[in-house]
Amino acid sequence: MAQARLKAPPRPAGTPRRPGLEEASALWWRGEVSGETLRRDGRRWTAWTVWLVVVFTAPGIGLLLLSPWTLPVALGCFAHAWIVPWLQARRGARSVVPLGSGRGRAGTPGAERVALGLLGDLVGHRERDLLRRTGLVVQRGRLGVWAVGERGALMVRPGGRRVDCWCVRVAETDGLPAADRVAHLLLALREDEVGFAMVANLGFSGAAWRVRRGLSEAARPALAEARAVARRGR
Amino acid sequence: MGRLIRLDRTGHTTLAEWSAGEADSHAEAAAAFRRELDAGMLASVPTANGSAEVVRELPADADLVVLRRPIAGG
Repeated sequence: MAQARLKAPPRPAGTPRRPGLEEASALWWRGEVSGETLRRDGRRWTAWTVWLVVVFTAPGIGLLLLSPWTLPVALGCFAHAWIVPWLQARRGARSVVPLGSGRGRAGTPGAERVALGLLGDLVGHRERDLLRRTGLVVQRGRLGVWAVGERGALMVRPGGRRVDCWCVRVAETDGLPAADRVAHLLLALREDEVGFAMVANLGFSGAAWRVRRGLSEAARPALAEARAVARRGR
Repeated sequence: MGRLIRLDRTGHTTLAEWSAGEADSHAEAAAAFRRELDAGMLASVPTANGSAEVVRELPADADLVVLRRPIAGG
C-alpha cells in the first residue's frame, strides 16, 4: 500500500530522458537545479526566517507598549522569535549524519573496514584526513562545495556565507556499512551534481554560522574546510 | 586489468575481472554487469580527476566499475 502510494507517476509520452544520474531521470517532473534556482530558494528561506522573527517579535513589542505588566508574555514571544529559526537551522544541520557519529547503523567491523578502504581510495589524501577527523567528505562542485555524510549533505554556496542542507540517503540500505553509504552518495554526487541536487530535498538554507551551531564539534572542521574552499573559488 | 565491484553488506564484492585484450573475460564481466543492472543496481566509473561517470555498458578500458544502489531524497 505504502509502496503503491510512493510509486513515481509514469513519464508522459514524449518527455525526453534526462542524461546523467538515473535517479534524477526518474524524477521527470522536477525542474533542473541551477545557481539561480538555489539563490531563489535561499532568498525564500531568508524571507521565511525574517517573517517568523517579525511574527513573534511584533506581538511582544505591542504587548510591552500596552502595558509593562505583559513583560513575561512578551518575553515568551521574543523567545519564540529566537527558538523557531534556531530549531530550523539545527534540524537542517542534523539532517547530515557524519560517518562514525553513532547516529547511523554500522555494518560488521570487517565490512566497515573494507568499505572504509574503498572510500579512502575514492578521495584524495587531504579529504581522507578530513573524513577521518570529521566523518564528512568534502567535494568541490559547480554549484558549491559539498560535505557528504552517510546520510545527508551540506553544500556551501560560492563565497562561503550560505549553506544549504540536503536530505538524501541510499534508498535501501539493507545492511550496507556506513562507509559504503557515504561512497554511494559521493559517487552519485560525482556522477551528476545537478541530478544529485534534484534527487535530494532541500531541508534548510541559511547563514553558515547558523548551520555550524547545529553540527557536532567533530563535524565543524569539515564545514570550515568547505567554506574555505568555497571562498577560494570565488 | 578491469575490476567490477558491487557495494554491499560485506563492504564490497568483486564480481568480475577482465583484461582489455581478452574478449572472453570481458564478455563474462559484461554478463555479470548486465545481471546487476537488471536487478536495479547502477554503475559508475570513478575517474582520476575526482569525478565519476554513469555507465550503462561495461567499458572495456575502465580500471574500476562500481555498482551501487539508487539514492533518494530523505
